[in-house]
Amino acid sequence: MSLRKILVPVLAIVIFLAFWEALVWFKDWPNYKMASPSDLVPAFKQYWHLFLSMGWQTLWRTVVGLLIAIVVGTILGMVMGFSKTMREALYPLLVGFNAIPKATVVPIVALMFVGAHDFNTILIAFMISFFPIAVSISIGLSTLEPEYRDILRALGASKATIFWKIALPKTLPEFFGALKVAVTLAFIGTNLMEIVSPHGRGLGALFDSAKTNSDYPLMFAVLIALAFLGIVLYYVVVVLERIFAGWAEREPT
Amino acid sequence: MQPLIDIKNVHLSYDTASGKLPVLDGFDMSVPEGGFVAVVGPSGCGKSTLTRLIAGLMKPDSGEVWLDGQQVTSPRATVGMAFQNPVLLEWRSILKNITLPLEIVPTKLNKAQQEERARYLLSLVGLEGFEQKRPSELSGGMRQRASLCRALIHQPDVLILDEPFGALDAFTREDLWQIMHDVKAREPFTGVMITHDLRESIYLADQVVVMSGRPATTQFVMDMPVTGARSIETLYTPEAADMLKVLRHQIEVAQGRAPSAASNTTGGH
Repeated sequence: MSLRKILVPVLAIVIFLAFWEALVWFKDWPNYKMASPSDLVPAFKQYWHLFLSMGWQTLWRTVVGLLIAIVVGTILGMVMGFSKTMREALYPLLVGFNAIPKATVVPIVALMFVGAHDFNTILIAFMISFFPIAVSISIGLSTLEPEYRDILRALGASKATIFWKIALPKTLPEFFGALKVAVTLAFIGTNLMEIVSPHGRGLGALFDSAKTNSDYPLMFAVLIALAFLGIVLYYVVVVLERIFAGWAEREPT
Repeated sequence: MQPLIDIKNVHLSYDTASGKLPVLDGFDMSVPEGGFVAVVGPSGCGKSTLTRLIAGLMKPDSGEVWLDGQQVTSPRATVGMAFQNPVLLEWRSILKNITLPLEIVPTKLNKAQQEERARYLLSLVGLEGFEQKRPSELSGGMRQRASLCRALIHQPDVLILDEPFGALDAFTREDLWQIMHDVKAREPFTGVMITHDLRESIYLADQVVVMSGRPATTQFVMDMPVTGARSIETLYTPEAADMLKVLRHQIEVAQGRAPSAASNTTGGH
């Protein structure tokens, strides 16, 4: 990776922080209205061990929820991609399910599985993030040109062979596009559960306790920590995309 | 001699929202071993359906399709196909695209021999040095040549070409015609080619079959005076002009734009 590729985004972040700092300074906002980046440093310093342990809690639940979303989303996408009937049957259900604000589902899930904090959080992270994956896989499979299937089918290849050799790799670029959306969605899901149903774990719980204690800089610090985790996970997906679907990237001409 | 491909009185119709749509209505065709037949006809007359029948991708409602003395009921490994769309897999190199059929059909070749054969075919079509390129790095004509190599890698008895050069410019197309003759001389096959280009049909084929408009029957058959490899100059002779004129008239009849003058007999000049 060239130095430029790192420098440009880092510079953009620095400019953003400077602008934020200046805005708070000029407007003379108290930190309960808007904390400035310089307020966050002490917050991170004071609670760094909490950030580490809570951040880990949030991260692993998000990743597990996301992995389940990938498995279930891929299976649903395959079912809808290969069968027109299943597509017609499942689409309205999925769209309806996706339209329900997950904030309203959180208390229901929390009541349904009282005490199963990890399970609840993972469940919400999964529920909020599988939809784009299922849709992208189903569209990728159902729009496969018939010639692609025919070149193997004419040789007597089975449906499974056609899926592994052609349909799946051809769908990978769409899949990774959806996964980038799903990553951030899964974070939202995890934190919804951690904030709404406090069980003392995860960055969402840290945010909630900061709110209770009127520690405004800490609340902002949690948001920044979440943004940081989001960026890290997003770029993990980017790296995976390069490895598995790098062929879809065209060299700039 | 028994023909390698024998299509006898085939009927086929598609189910559509507005009822049955007959596509083939008593179609006959036979190709001897090593022969090369071009099928021409108006748009939408069922030419592609015909290729799918020969490949065993579809079954006729009635009538029979025979390949090499066996009735075709399902796809078989002795067939190679190439389409207007070269459908190369972007995530594989050209070499790996060409050896793809060998991952499906049983083969006695080991990995090295497979690659050697792919390299040999690539050299036949003038693509040596492109083995490790990606399909997107090749021009349209080059991709079509690679697609032809893939169709031939498993030494099929029958090569089915569905408008293989339809999307290419005129000069590239003439290059590929020449390559087709060269390839057929080195890698013998029995060919069926669907085309919209009458010049292509008389230059490449031993026999041209005109399909009628939908539902299609065999409307007209013309045997070429010269078979096998021939010079491009043969296209610029008065005989060729006469043949083209006859075929053009037959297409107009098939389209319903001209009355049927001659009976459905074998032509030839």
